[in-house]
Amino acid sequence: MNIQFRENSEAASPLTTKTAIADCDIHPARATRTELYPYLAKRWQHHLEVYGVHAYQGMMEGPPYPKAQPNASRRDAYPPEGGPQGSSLSFMQKQLLDPNNVQLGVLNPLNTGQGIRNHELSAALCSAINDWQIDKWTSKDKRLKASIVVGNEDGLSAAAEIRERAGDKNFVQVLLLSRNVEPLGQRRYWPIYQAAEEAGLPVGVHAFGFGGNPITPSGWPSYYIEEMVGHSQCQQSALASLVLEGVFERFPKLKMVMIEAGFGWAPSLAWRLDKVWQRLRSEVPHVKRPPSEYIREQVWWTTQPMEDPERREDLFDVINWIGWDRLLFATDYPHWDYDEPSRVLPAGVSEANRSAFYLGNAKQLYGIA
Amino acid sequence: MARHVIAAVDELPPGTRKFLEIDGRPIAVFNIKGEYFGLMNRCPHQGAALCEGPLIGLAQSRDPGEIEYTKLGEIIRCPWHGWEFDIRTGQSYCDPRRFRVKAYPAHVEPGASVVKGPYVAETIAVKVESDYVVVEL
Ligand code: FES
Repeated sequence: MNIQFRENSEAASPLTTKTAIADCDIHPARATRTELYPYLAKRWQHHLEVYGVHAYQGMMEGPPYPKAQPNASRRDAYPPEGGPQGSSLSFMQKQLLDPNNVQLGVLNPLNTGQGIRNHELSAALCSAINDWQIDKWTSKDKRLKASIVVGNEDGLSAAAEIRERAGDKNFVQVLLLSRNVEPLGQRRYWPIYQAAEEAGLPVGVHAFGFGGNPITPSGWPSYYIEEMVGHSQCQQSALASLVLEGVFERFPKLKMVMIEAGFGWAPSLAWRLDKVWQRLRSEVPHVKRPPSEYIREQVWWTTQPMEDPERREDLFDVINWIGWDRLLFATDYPHWDYDEPSRVLPAGVSEANRSAFYLGNAKQLYGIA
Repeated sequence: MARHVIAAVDELPPGTRKFLEIDGRPIAVFNIKGEYFGLMNRCPHQGAALCEGPLIGLAQSRDPGEIEYTKLGEIIRCPWHGWEFDIRTGQSYCDPRRFRVKAYPAHVEPGASVVKGPYVAETIAVKVESDYVVVEL
């Protein structure tokens, strides 16, 4: 008889890959409600205590749909020292970074200061989150890199935050969310793209956000599952707006990363845009090339969630259109729809494409040696 | 098949579960209302520690608007992606990937309209021998 009792969930899955990978969507969380206070002026600490935050969406606290698992997270991701999932660096190292041999981990904090009606408060919270990312995460583990969170609805203060962080090696991208007050191509957001392009930083657009509009183009649905699939609809309209407002034409060196909204829809969106553009080109003469060209040249895609068709050949067809050099592997840790690195890619992928998929594309895009 | 004593009966009261490793294999044993069940603690989907999820029931519906909730406390929900498995049989529910379906012996059960998935979590034989819970592996 040979029995060991298992105390907690720290043990890695025996199936994890040992090949070095990049994880391009990790969500760090705050352990306590007041964890940001050291990075916030007294004035804003006081403001939060007295007034709280006022978001564009109707819900005062939290997202409008329940999230399937507590904090939308894996149930085995609670740190042993307490606090919500994703709030402990040492546990993240043990559960995610070490066993999966993560060489580059890109942090995308959610529930920051984005989508708040008070733009000064929004800017202060975003800046605090950025300081916190350095202090608590990237300075303590060199594998981790942060995203510059910006007050998205005020392009000028967002651009100022980007310029202040530009050149700081702790940061590798600018982070926006897909649900905003207006579609992402509109002029109010242009200062963000201009500053990002100048800084040589890609702009990540992560699913979610608090723009105040219904979750789907046809209104507020009944179920969380509808919100889940709604992310790809939202990302599609954001991307169409970026193309058709001329953002890619105006900022030709801008790189966009579509995060956590799937990518199986990319070819059909591009095909539809191209077809309509041929007929209606004179409405948007600033869009000088077929929309698909901008998309293929300036857009990257993270993999969680990956579409999961019955025939793996269907998946390969989509990826071949997008390009094996455009996908960035992501787990979405600690969220419940986490993807296990060793289990996501079907058999039949060449070694060169596998290594680009798991690591090479991300290192190149984010400029990691 | 070796037998492994894993607990005295009072150490595993109803409503509790115990995680252990036998010959390098992660196992979980449950006491549900005095009945014992063992499962391989590894989800057949992407490998999560399956048994750290909550025990729930099986929600089924014959028609929109009609919901039947049975097997209370007998379905384990994976802590990662929420796939559901019957802890008595290891049977998964609601996996859409038909191409991986294997045949299983059919049997009648209440509200069997829900789609059974092709995946099966590995079950482990568990019994009580003179007040000890014993796993057969
Ligand atoms: S690993 Fe269990 S449902 Fe995915």
